[in-house]
Parts: sequence; structure tokens; C-alpha cells
Amino acid sequence: INHIVHNGGLYKRPFNEAFEETPMLVAVLTYVGYGVLTLFGYLRDFMRQWKIEKCQNATEREEQKDFVPLYQDFENFYNRNLYMRIRDSWNRPICSVPGAKVDMMERVSHDYNWTFTYTGRVIKDIINMGSYNYLGFAQNAGTCQEAAAKVLSQYGAGVCSTRQEMGNLDKHEELEKLVARFLGVESAMAYGMGFATNSMNIPALVGKGCLILSDELNHASLVLGARLSGATIRIFKHNNMQSLEKLLKDAIVHGQPRTRRPWKKILILVEGIYSMEGSIVRLPEVIALKKKYKSYLYLDEAHSIGALGPTGRGVVEYFGLNPEDVDVMMGTFTKSFGAAGGYIGGKKELIDYLRTYSHSAVYATSMSPPVVEQIITSMKCIMGEDGTTVGKARVQQLAENTRYFRRRLKEMGFIIYGNEDSPVVPLMLYMPAKIGAFGREMLKRNIGVVVVGFPATPIIESRARFCLSAAHTKEMLDT
Amino acid sequence: MDMKRVKDYIYWLYYQYLLITCSYVLEPWERSMFHTITVTVFAMVVYTAYVFVPIHVRLAFEFFSQIFGGHPESTV
Repeated sequence: INHIVHNGGLYKRPFNEAFEETPMLVAVLTYVGYGVLTLFGYLRDFMRQWKIEKCQNATEREEQKDFVPLYQDFENFYNRNLYMRIRDSWNRPICSVPGAKVDMMERVSHDYNWTFTYTGRVIKDIINMGSYNYLGFAQNAGTCQEAAAKVLSQYGAGVCSTRQEMGNLDKHEELEKLVARFLGVESAMAYGMGFATNSMNIPALVGKGCLILSDELNHASLVLGARLSGATIRIFKHNNMQSLEKLLKDAIVHGQPRTRRPWKKILILVEGIYSMEGSIVRLPEVIALKKKYKSYLYLDEAHSIGALGPTGRGVVEYFGLNPEDVDVMMGTFTKSFGAAGGYIGGKKELIDYLRTYSHSAVYATSMSPPVVEQIITSMKCIMGEDGTTVGKARVQQLAENTRYFRRRLKEMGFIIYGNEDSPVVPLMLYMPAKIGAFGREMLKRNIGVVVVGFPATPIIESRARFCLSAAHTKEMLDT
Repeated sequence: MDMKRVKDYIYWLYYQYLLITCSYVLEPWERSMFHTITVTVFAMVVYTAYVFVPIHVRLAFEFFSQIFGGHPESTV
């Protein structure tokens, strides 16, 4: 289904998004493959039960055999039989900085992936298409690293306190002012962990009696935060504005479920780029709906900050909108800035409220100073304030890499999901054997990719996910 | 040169068969069991087709030609 929308003035540039349907033959063959594996799984379980074969995974102890069985549900069955056979594509240990190329320790398994042993060799210079290193700031040389080393010798590595007690360094204040200026909002606040930013701040913003409308494919941190808050959650179909509008209309017309009172707050949770699909949110329409129905918008720009937009300011700039329209802009520093942590930006009253009421600000340790310095240096580099054009060059390089890579893969005939401009490229492999085979073949050719299978994606749609980076050169992409 | 290309192509076909039916991830003894069963079932299908298809086709042809062709054969 191709959506090419020129939506009468709302979109200033064409919005190409394509989610191809699974071809019928491929879907049937995938089910056949899973059927074969299920049969063999039952056979192996039978043999393990009757002690013909040694059982190597976790089971209950002898005394507990009469209790409710722990390991009989589908997830454990899948885990034992399917995941173990192709487990060597995941959790690979790396031993260098995860930039454009990475070194990996080699490991072999003699008993079909139940145990691994290290051979001691190190595979060098694997092209790294798995790290979220969009602008290439994960380096161990250069200005960012020198500044971070200086701050490490000056401030030390640990802060040993939370933000509210003794952990508020002047570096944090400087970072927050810089983030606010970068995004174009009034004020911002930074936290030590991106996941914790989402899950701890949504409960501070909404509570019982409020409504949360969240997208189908939102990240686990958003879902966790929404569930912790105790508000009513309704889900709309992925990037589907008609579904969202219908839910909004129903919510305003009918009010709260039993008492029919109006909702205290309606919060829409969306993400800038969805990491499993590679699609970009239809932000102009969401903002138009938000203004029409008077609700609040929470935008999670974990993957899109620094990666989209002509100067890297994220999805708001990509569409050419006003950052004041989005009520809460959240993002992480892990992906494009090469550090760790998250931030929330918005109006000054909102951020002052969050400084006192957010769980993460009160209880979690604050960010470590060298990390803060890395973010400050990389953000200044992107904004161009350190005097060079390196930042702008990187953003443009990423955009070129994205377009080139997507075009070439489509020409080769693969099925690629998602928007044309998103640097996350999922390539569909549907069959379970291809997941393992793809990972191993890529490693033989010195390319490291991330393949994703059942628990993270629907069971027939497994994929390999490439994350492009500004540090990849054209020769690297051509291999 | 030609033999090598043909052998490579056959190997590629075998690899595709392994991938599609997920026997790529099975252990060797499981794989031989799966191959045995598949080959047996396939052989039985081929044998059945060889024995029964010509007779069924001839009968079906006679049935349809009886409807369309003419009535002189109506006592059959």
C-alpha cells in the first residue's frame, strides 16, 4: 500500500511511506517452516520428558514437579526449541568502540548453541549496521573525546547523588539551557537514562481520570509509563489518523466510562521514528487534530533527534512546524549524540513542575559529568557553534546515505518497510531459518547486522534491521 | 566451466530448499530424518500420480465429450 500524500497545504514535502503486503506464497511457506519446527520441537520435548536426551535448559526441581508447571507456555516452548538453535546471532561481544567499524570476539559452540566458548581470536573491522550511531559521534578520537577526557579529570566519573540533593552540577544547568536552545523550547531537563525518562515522567503528568491515546507500536518505555500512571489507555492503529480522530471524537462525546464526566486531560503519545518499522509519524495531521480537539501531545524523538531535518533538530523541523505546538518533547541522547540519557523539553512551568514531581528527578542518580560533556560538545557541533561545518556535513551525509541505501536495496528487489527518509531500514525476511542464515552469512562477509524475530515483531514478519550512520562511507554501503 | 556453474546452481537450489523448510536450523540427525520423510512422501505422490492420473484424465475426457459432443454414446 503506497501512501503518497500531498495533503493540501499541511505537508510541505511529499511523504512517501510504503508497507508492502506479504506475498501470499511467502506467508504460506513461512507457516510451513514454523510447522516443521513445531513438530520437531514436540519431538525433542518428548525425548527430554522420557529422558532419552539430556535436558539442558531450566526445569523445575524434583520436589516441585507437582506444583503448577512453570515452563509449559508457548513462550518457553519457542525459547527452548527455536531461539536456542539460532542464538549465535545475538548477544555478540564486541571489544572496541561501536563506530562505523567494530571488532568482535569470535565464539563457537560445540553443542548447538547451548554453551559458547571463545576461540580467542578477534574479528576486526566489521562494518557496523546495528548500532544507533546516526551521526557518527561514537568515536574514541576527536573533539568530543578530548573535552570529555578533560571533564573526567576535573569532575571525576560519579556524582553519587540524585538531582535534588547534591547532584546538580553546573554542567547539568549548562546542558539543559543548551538543549532548550537546540530544540527551540523554553526550558528542558535531562535525566540519566532514556527508558527511565519515559516510564517515570508519564506518571507525573497524567493520573487517574485522564485518557492516554497511544500508537499501536509504541516502545516498551511508553507503554510502561502509561500503565504505571493509572490513566485509561486506548490504542489507535499505527500512524492512522482516521483511527485517532475517531477515538478523540468518541472520548470527547462520551467522556469517562462510567460517570460520563469529561476527561481531565487527553494525552496523545507518539514517537518520531518507530524503530521496528522505520516509519515517521504524520506530525502535521496529529498537531491539527490536537488543536481541534484540545488535547496534549507527547512526542518521543528517541530515534529522530539529530537524524531528521535539515539541521538535525528532529521530526518537528523535518515537517517545518513550530516546536511550541508540541507540548512535551522527549528524546534520548543515546542515539545520535553518542552518550546516554534522556531529556524532556517544553514550557517553563511544565519543566519546573517536573523538577519537583518526577520520580526520576527525585530518586535516580544524575548524569555522569563526562557523558554530559560529550553531549554538550556534540550538540554544539551539530548546531555549528564550535566554528566548523562538521555538524551540518554529518547531517547531510546521513540523509544521502539513507536515500542511496534504500534506493539500492529496492533495486535489488528486497522488501523494505517504512518511510523514504528514515535512517532505520528494516528488510523483511519472513522465514525463521532465514533469520539465522542471514546473520551468519553477513558475519562471514564482515558485516554486523541485527536480525529481529518473534517476540519483538509479529510472528511471520521477521526482519533484519539496518541502522545507517553518517560515518558510513559509500564504499562501505556498496559491499 | 559449465559443469561448475550447473553444480553451483544445484547447490543454490538445495540451499533455498533448506532455508524455506527450516531444515537449515535442525541438527544433523533431525535433518536426515526430515529428508527421509520428505523424500518418502514425495515418492509416494509421484507414484500415485503416475498410476492414477492417465485413467482419471481419460474418464473425465469421455464424460465431458459425452455432454458436448453428441448423444450416440448415450448407452455407455
